[in-house]
Amino acid sequence: MFKIAKKRELNSTVTMMDIYAPQVAKKAEAGQFIILRVDEDGERIPLTVAGYDRIAGTVKIIFQIVGGTTMRLNAKAEGEYIEDFVGPLGCPTKTEEIKKVCIVGGGVGCAIALPVAQKLKSLGAEVHSLIGFRNKDLVILEDEFRACSDKLIIMTDDGSCGRQGVVTAPLKELIESGEKYDEVIAIGPLVMMKFVAATTKSYGVPTTVSMNPIMIDGTGMCGGCRLTVGGKTKFACVDGPDFNGFEVDFDEAMARASAYAEFEKKERELNCNLFRKEVE
Amino acid sequence: MAVQPKKHEMPVQEASVRAHNFKEVAIGYTEEIAVAEAQRCLNCKNRPCVEGCPVNISIPEFISKVKDRDFEGAYGIISESSSLPAVCGRVCPQETQCESKCTLGIKLEPVGIGRLERFVADWHNANFVGEPEMPLQNGKKVAVIGSGPSGLTCAGDLAKKGYKVTVFEALHLAGGVLVYGIPEFRLPKDIVKKEVETLKKYGVDVETNVVIGKTLTIDELFEEGYEAVFVGSGAGLPRFMNIPGESLKGVYSANEFLTRANLMKAYREDSQTPIMKAKNVAVVGGGNVAMDAARTALRLGAENVYIIYRRSMDELPARKEEVEHAQEEGIKFEILRNPVEIIGHCNPDNGRDPLNGFVKGIKVIKCRLGEPDEKGRRRPVEIPGSEYVIDVDCVIISIGTSPNPLIKNTTAGLHVNNHGGIIVEEGTGKTSKDGVYAGGDAVTGAATVILAMGAGKTAAKAIDEALSHK
Repeated sequence: MFKIAKKRELNSTVTMMDIYAPQVAKKAEAGQFIILRVDEDGERIPLTVAGYDRIAGTVKIIFQIVGGTTMRLNAKAEGEYIEDFVGPLGCPTKTEEIKKVCIVGGGVGCAIALPVAQKLKSLGAEVHSLIGFRNKDLVILEDEFRACSDKLIIMTDDGSCGRQGVVTAPLKELIESGEKYDEVIAIGPLVMMKFVAATTKSYGVPTTVSMNPIMIDGTGMCGGCRLTVGGKTKFACVDGPDFNGFEVDFDEAMARASAYAEFEKKERELNCNLFRKEVE
Repeated sequence: MAVQPKKHEMPVQEASVRAHNFKEVAIGYTEEIAVAEAQRCLNCKNRPCVEGCPVNISIPEFISKVKDRDFEGAYGIISESSSLPAVCGRVCPQETQCESKCTLGIKLEPVGIGRLERFVADWHNANFVGEPEMPLQNGKKVAVIGSGPSGLTCAGDLAKKGYKVTVFEALHLAGGVLVYGIPEFRLPKDIVKKEVETLKKYGVDVETNVVIGKTLTIDELFEEGYEAVFVGSGAGLPRFMNIPGESLKGVYSANEFLTRANLMKAYREDSQTPIMKAKNVAVVGGGNVAMDAARTALRLGAENVYIIYRRSMDELPARKEEVEHAQEEGIKFEILRNPVEIIGHCNPDNGRDPLNGFVKGIKVIKCRLGEPDEKGRRRPVEIPGSEYVIDVDCVIISIGTSPNPLIKNTTAGLHVNNHGGIIVEEGTGKTSKDGVYAGGDAVTGAATVILAMGAGKTAAKAIDEALSHK
């Protein structure tokens, strides 16, 4: 059992938790992920590490409430326990030889882009961050990004915070204005990463994306997380989750991500009804 | 008295009933049937059956005890050699091991050794009330990586010799392939749980949720005071065919499909883990895992389940009993067929059609048997122009697995062969790295439960010899 040492709601659909898991906290690096189960009959879900405190022995996770499991997780209070928490899995984000980087985060993906930005900043890199959200109510981690970025641009779909538009617009401007990035690291919805990679490709700026597909074990056993990268089958859990953005078949990844859309919908309805009953 | 020519039949659930439930297929011998079957044993002097057993169980001796109705005595004899009798009695390929050597089998059907082993283990589990005695501790720590058959065996043997053994398991539940791979209807999970509980009574610690190579490395285990490490991490890396369409929705590796169904209990209505409940399912491959996947799909409600295998019925690598059970349940065998493409739904008029990207069929090509390959199995030769499509909405790929790569990638000095299997010394399980032993599928690639157990035993013996001279 793993204790929820801290819980904070970042916005109406995104929650942050610090989980007490000293063995995982000791090893975790930006870019890696963990797998958790909320309760005994729970589903295993992967979440990318959003931070860690090696001294306190905690690992930070930030999740969006999208289906049954994240609803159940969100229903847990600070001080309560979750059944299983295993990691760190996957390979850390490569940070060597990056002197200047543009971090592009979208929505809840910003939660996992943040530790990457922080790490690069601590290694002395110049960090530009472009973070995008649907609207101002969904903006998360603004202060944290500001603290570790030499330049921060916030974008919202409706212009209610920062600039109006998608992250690829300022990305293009920055590159065209002569900013020479060693790497662009994009973490967010698949469609965002697809268009970031399409944007940077025309300028030849190396681009890394972080994939978070459906998986079960996270150790290379189920193959559910397979992706086509550079024409070859790769497992996100052991070969990634970071991949060269120019080589990922995003369309295929997007199709695979919806395999259980119907099931998730039913789970949401079921859970919402349960919550409603509790309220009544 | 003349010996009955045939083995006593195993009572089973009716095929039409069991095809729709996850309860165990075989019900097991009663005491009366077991005693009668035991009486078929000739108790011959040269005991060829013992040679056929990878862990050399004293088979005629335990059968004699069954004859005398001393079932606990029989269990005692089996457990001297086997740590998991209730498991092996169910999943061992006896027809190619002990029973293939049986003297009675020269003229008649061999003694049903596997069925008797299962009976004895089940009898013990149902009737034995005592507690196993905690062995005298020798103060030495050994780490076992993986809680599958080889790891559990190695841990059990060492614990009984007084070692403090910790088993590290990556998943949330102990048992390895016994819990994620082999279905409930062939090996009830309560049996595995019971075997693990027994090991704990011998002082074995099981730490789940620890991925060696990630959470901890082998070198760190030595730093923590473990004096030897046994790697029994299995062969869990699924192979794919690299044909078009393998990324479509509805294509599973057998590992993923079975893990969802077994470990995550996706077959239950209230399960939080989804699984596709397809109407028409193609399973590619002919091994035990393929049979398990096919029969699981059937129990999940499929109307048509096809085994697609590129050789003929005679070459099927699965246990004979599994093939027979599958046939009785209505699994269709599309033999001498090789898949060439998986076809998906693609509505040209509607890019947002929810069916787009889901499997709709599998294109196969007919084969004939050609010359034998280096293993002596006749090679399938494709017949040009014979392709056709089988309508299915789910494809399960069960063409084998490779050893898990996490440990080799994170352990300097551990040598592996070009299939990814850890290289070990025969007879000891010693690897190229000092103090590290390995066995089971991590060494051989996917094989059987009993071979893995044998390897766990061998390594336990070698570890004991090495550490007691330290």
